[in-house]
Amino acid sequence: MESHWPLLSLLIWLPIVGGFLLLTMRQHRASLARWTGLIVALATLALCVPLYAGLDAASADMQFVERVVWVAGFDIYYHLGVDGISVALILLTAFTSVLVLVGAWGSVQDRAGPYFAAFLILEGLMIGVFCAMDAVLFYVFFEGMLIPMFIIIGIWGGPQRVYASLKFFLYTFLGSVFMLIGLIYLYSQAGSFALADLVALKLSATEQMWLFFAFLVAFAVKIPMFPVHTWLPDAHVEAPTGGSVILAAIMLKVGGYGFLRFSLPMTPDASAEWAWLVIALSLVAVVYIGFVALVQQDMKKLIAYSSISHMGFVTLGLFIAFALVRTTDNSDAAALGLQGAMVQMVSHGFISAALFSCVGVMYDRVHSRMIGDYGGVVNTMPWFAALFVLFAMANAGLPGTSGFVGEFMVILAAFQSSPWLAAVAALTLIIGAAYTLWLVKRVIFGEVANDNVAKLKDIDARETIVLVGFAGAVLLVGVWPAPLVELMDASVMKLVAQIATTKL
Amino acid sequence: MIHSWSELLPLLPEVFLLGMICVLLLADLYVPQEHRGFTHFLALMILAFTAIITLRAFSIDAPPQSAFDGMFLRDGVSDILKVAMYGVLALVFVYSREYLSERGLLSGEFYVLCLTALLGMMVLVSAGSLITVYLGLELLALSTYALVALNRDSTLSSEAAMKYFVLGALASGMLLYGMSMVYGATGSLDLATIRGATAGLGDSAILLSFGLVFVVIGVAFKFGAAPFHMWVPDVYQGSPTAITLFIGSVPKLAAFGMAWRLLDGGMAGVGEQWQSMLALLAVASLAIGNVVALAQTNLKRMLAYSTISHVGFLFVGLASGSAEGFAAAMAYVILYALMAAGAFGMIILLSHKGFEAEEIEDFKGLSRRQPWYALMMLLLMASLAGFPPLVGFFAKFLVLKAAVEAGLIWLAIAAVVFAVIGAYYYLRIIKLMYFDNPADDQPPVLPSDAPMRWALSASALFQLAALVVWGPLLSLCQRAFT
Repeated sequence: MESHWPLLSLLIWLPIVGGFLLLTMRQHRASLARWTGLIVALATLALCVPLYAGLDAASADMQFVERVVWVAGFDIYYHLGVDGISVALILLTAFTSVLVLVGAWGSVQDRAGPYFAAFLILEGLMIGVFCAMDAVLFYVFFEGMLIPMFIIIGIWGGPQRVYASLKFFLYTFLGSVFMLIGLIYLYSQAGSFALADLVALKLSATEQMWLFFAFLVAFAVKIPMFPVHTWLPDAHVEAPTGGSVILAAIMLKVGGYGFLRFSLPMTPDASAEWAWLVIALSLVAVVYIGFVALVQQDMKKLIAYSSISHMGFVTLGLFIAFALVRTTDNSDAAALGLQGAMVQMVSHGFISAALFSCVGVMYDRVHSRMIGDYGGVVNTMPWFAALFVLFAMANAGLPGTSGFVGEFMVILAAFQSSPWLAAVAALTLIIGAAYTLWLVKRVIFGEVANDNVAKLKDIDARETIVLVGFAGAVLLVGVWPAPLVELMDASVMKLVAQIATTKL
Repeated sequence: MIHSWSELLPLLPEVFLLGMICVLLLADLYVPQEHRGFTHFLALMILAFTAIITLRAFSIDAPPQSAFDGMFLRDGVSDILKVAMYGVLALVFVYSREYLSERGLLSGEFYVLCLTALLGMMVLVSAGSLITVYLGLELLALSTYALVALNRDSTLSSEAAMKYFVLGALASGMLLYGMSMVYGATGSLDLATIRGATAGLGDSAILLSFGLVFVVIGVAFKFGAAPFHMWVPDVYQGSPTAITLFIGSVPKLAAFGMAWRLLDGGMAGVGEQWQSMLALLAVASLAIGNVVALAQTNLKRMLAYSTISHVGFLFVGLASGSAEGFAAAMAYVILYALMAAGAFGMIILLSHKGFEAEEIEDFKGLSRRQPWYALMMLLLMASLAGFPPLVGFFAKFLVLKAAVEAGLIWLAIAAVVFAVIGAYYYLRIIKLMYFDNPADDQPPVLPSDAPMRWALSASALFQLAALVVWGPLLSLCQRAFT
């Protein structure tokens, strides 16, 4: 389906152009910059309505396609298109970006205009990643995200921000350059950079193996998987609240999305062969990183480790599908695993974003992220405490919240492959509950710990909008996941068919 | 033998430029110091008219023309390189005017020497025989030796000029020695004839291989590729920034032209030999350039090592040995010349009389003092580092693609790994500008003249505009090589 007006381009370029507009504004016009930024973000969110409404979720084909020659000599196209999976992630991006800007309204005073600009540019680039149908275009968006995030962490971050931003940048940059070589190699074989052509290309087992590892390095760093996760706690801790939120809610999903679009369909045989490796690393992430989260003293670090642990479920869901399809030919269970991974990505986007926002709310008041500096917050901030507990429950995977749905689906799929796998994965329900509930106990409940906590004021209207917004999303997906699942169903079934067919 | 004057037509830009250099030299004698702007204007006009003359006869698909029995060639490659040289040299003039006049260095000689160097480079990229190559190379080299020593009161400048001269002479000697062996092996100075002769000789000719080694050393020296890079940091640091700006940008275009003429135009028959030599030089340059740059505190020195690493990337393209690889390398060198000119332009912008702004620390907190120029510097640095969506990424992308398609995957992987290491020192500049607060004693940024500011902003914003322009540039380069 060719679209009549370039909806996807608008979604990408509106925030980017808006961001550059903010950069040209004078420093002292901060409030004008804030309003402009918010309006641009809201307009982008509004553009998602025709996107969602116009999408034919029953079809796995790419829709709203735009295809313009970019570089004729190399067959590189400005080629955009979305399916259900992309739309789900675009909705997540647009929604989270609005709430991030609202959340930063009063808490970022220093250079507010550039701060808003950086987030808008980042939003456009992230949407671009989810729309790109051309490998070069994808890479440009994928890498382009690094610079704004680098700036966000480096300028508005905490005391160790320089170290964290450089580590973040170099880690992810190193990962992705191998993917670039892989993509160029694919081009040299296929004569095209279109993702669809690369998926259709036949590749030998050795070629697939090298490509699989090139992609694995790029996306494993991004998502991040154990043992290349170490940049994440540093980046999360030092980033400003908005940076942590975007990082956790969306940038990590880019890694998962990359697996879905590149590793799984392009190198299915190598992925099947090496699925055990990814599954093993995922289980290590789920269990070991969960224990690491248990001992953290810094709230942001705790949530960061919890993110890694939860993203372990995403990679587990993605690669358990191979074990199911290839060995037991159980494509329903494979679809369940992939669905679960996708739902987990979206749900973790909301939950981690909400938890980081909660920490931001407390940090704005007390200027500490240490668990030991809090205690008895419920006494002074009852509304906040209620929302915090809700998000904590969701993080622990309580039924009725979105956190439960994805994890449950992945565990179900894993069980069909091997009960032992499922048993190990299900440990997260215990460990996750342990670290989250213990966090809640120490921070929220108990006696008022010190004067700082005694002086706390409950959340204001702006913060309420942010947290209630996330709470609504968490509950909606938790109670009624059907629209989300149906949105992605056709695309997931297509993916299952792709990974079931050998490309040798 | 010249049979008719029309045979000289391919040389028209060179003849015109030579005539105008003489006019400029004479006219400048009668210009008082306070009206030196006239010389500046005249030099820009000369460039514009030379460009017009070149472009008038420019047609990418036209068959190559030659003069003097093939000693001078004019084809798409030479014309594209020449036009790029005019453009970058014009930028150099615009950037350096105020810098030089503040320091009392703005003299007619600067313009004359730059233009004679340009003439040398034009001859070099159009060379059809070994003699022409040497002629162009020496004209370029002698002009640049004098330019480096332009600030004769500075010991650093004099030292740099001396080093440059001695090492340059050594390299010229090597090149000549190599050429003499090539002549001995093939019996001709004409590149096309040599090409024909080498095709038959294959790997058996020891003499030719020896000659080739020396020729490659000469080329590597001119580029500043490791391990023949020793002169680069000292010359970059010692020269006045305006001269560094010139040396760091325009001659790279000529060096590419020379490498292509000599290696592909002359010795395609022993392609495998020079390709593996270039691949080794590429890895060495990438390693030394990127790793040593990490340790620099002087920005000009850092950019010198950055140049070495970029030359490494360029050699990756050349080492592919295919038309695709040459097109990629040519696009790379043109884009690199623009980036480098912008980066040195930023140093000039920040400097003023008595303050050279060449330490990396001088950029501390620039985003608070000069948000706009900090953003421009950010674009330039990110582009040099090769982050998408800036032009530097696409330049690297082309080269990597050529290397992978030529089967040099190991070289491509080495290139990207070193590019990641190199990313750190560019990021460090961004970090200083954006993450650090300015020191209290930091000298203020004084306003520069308007053309300079506009040109600088334009060339920095070009790094973004490249999203649209790199396609046409690439297809132009590709067509020039087919």
